[in-house]
Amino acid sequence: MITDIAAWLLDPSNWTGDEGVLRQAWLHLLYCLFAVCAAALLAVPLGLYIGHTGRGSVFLVGFSNAMRALPTLGLVTGLAVLFRGSIALAALVVLAFPAVLSGTYAGVRAVPSQAVDAAKGMGMTSKQRLWQVELPNALTLLMGGVRNAMLQVMATTAVAAYVGLGGLGQLLIEGQTIGRYDQMASAAILIALLAVLVDLALAGLTWLLVPRGVTLTAANTGARPRGRRKQR
Amino acid sequence: MDELLRYFSSPSNREVLLEQIGQHVYLSLVPLLAGVLLALPLGRIAQRVGWSRAALLGTAGIVYTIPSLAVFVLLPSLLGTDFTSSLNVVIALTLYTTALLVRPVLDALEAVPTHVTIAATAMGYRPHRRFLTVELPLAVPALTSGVRVASVSNISLVSVGALVGTGGLGRLFMVGFERDLVQIPVGIVLTVLLALLVDLLLVLGCRLLTPWERAGRAVIAS
Repeated sequence: MITDIAAWLLDPSNWTGDEGVLRQAWLHLLYCLFAVCAAALLAVPLGLYIGHTGRGSVFLVGFSNAMRALPTLGLVTGLAVLFRGSIALAALVVLAFPAVLSGTYAGVRAVPSQAVDAAKGMGMTSKQRLWQVELPNALTLLMGGVRNAMLQVMATTAVAAYVGLGGLGQLLIEGQTIGRYDQMASAAILIALLAVLVDLALAGLTWLLVPRGVTLTAANTGARPRGRRKQR
Repeated sequence: MDELLRYFSSPSNREVLLEQIGQHVYLSLVPLLAGVLLALPLGRIAQRVGWSRAALLGTAGIVYTIPSLAVFVLLPSLLGTDFTSSLNVVIALTLYTTALLVRPVLDALEAVPTHVTIAATAMGYRPHRRFLTVELPLAVPALTSGVRVASVSNISLVSVGALVGTGGLGRLFMVGFERDLVQIPVGIVLTVLLALLVDLLLVLGCRLLTPWERAGRAVIAS
């Protein structure tokens, strides 16, 4: 079985062309980037606002839990049947939204109150506190949320292929239709690899984004970033 | 609306639906239970054995990064199970639940106040009994929040299994996409309801297991 999978993966004809691995992987990546960026554009400001003002946090918890329970496969197929075409990708945004939102919110809430109080004492305005104190300190958890979202979307984008949008799921579903297990398994391995690679890239981005002072403080006080979740 | 009525008026539809709900519950809750039972000892080991902590948490993180669909597809050749066997989904979700819960278990156990464990030791509790009768019960509220996340996660992951041919409510989306649109909203609503119901049961279970929580609050309030 493993030799079959290796043979499929090593066959150059499977990699090129319109239906090839390279193009599908590119589509897969594009869909994921689109979904997570769109979700971040909506969820980060909202999470910052709720975290900064403390308003609406009860609503947030209930709302994002309910959103987590929504089955993405259902949303994608539903949107695809109702509207046709790439609007089905909106379901991926819905999937990524709660992870980014709760990461941002948790990040802002987890900022040490001493730091916020000190900023207040130094005469910083509410806006300055948000941008110069709370946001930099929240970045670790915020990016944790983004990584979660990306992970979920990476895995779920396979359903985009089910409604005909392509992506690596295309190879998987096609393999199932024609009964080629080697192709399905290869596609599964490629999806897993791509997910791990993108996660590594985001880990690197987190390292670049989070100010060094925050990292050092966290290391000294024993605070550790956490809260990776998966759901699709 | 008419379509919904038509769908639900057919006895065979209702029968299939019930069967799918049953499968969904089985496929999501069996792994949840197995995952909790596996994560408890692992979290305990991570707490007690210094060097194992980083190894266990690291492994859990990596396991969690692998997309579920990929695991559903790859497990048959690794285990020799049948391709559409529900066992693949059960094992994959058990892995995820365990990976997801190791850290909450560790955090929950570490959140037990030191003076309580010291008091228990002073009263003659041996480590095993102290773990089962003092530390574990006190860790229940923190544990429950981890289990709640895992349950919602499992319930929605089962739907993805439908793409590779296993049962559960995910089938409704496939049928809905192929020929009968009305099944899609039915599937969405049922999945969300199932998730909410299980969540509610977990919260209730947590309340029943920790009567002292409310007693303490009542005393403080008065």
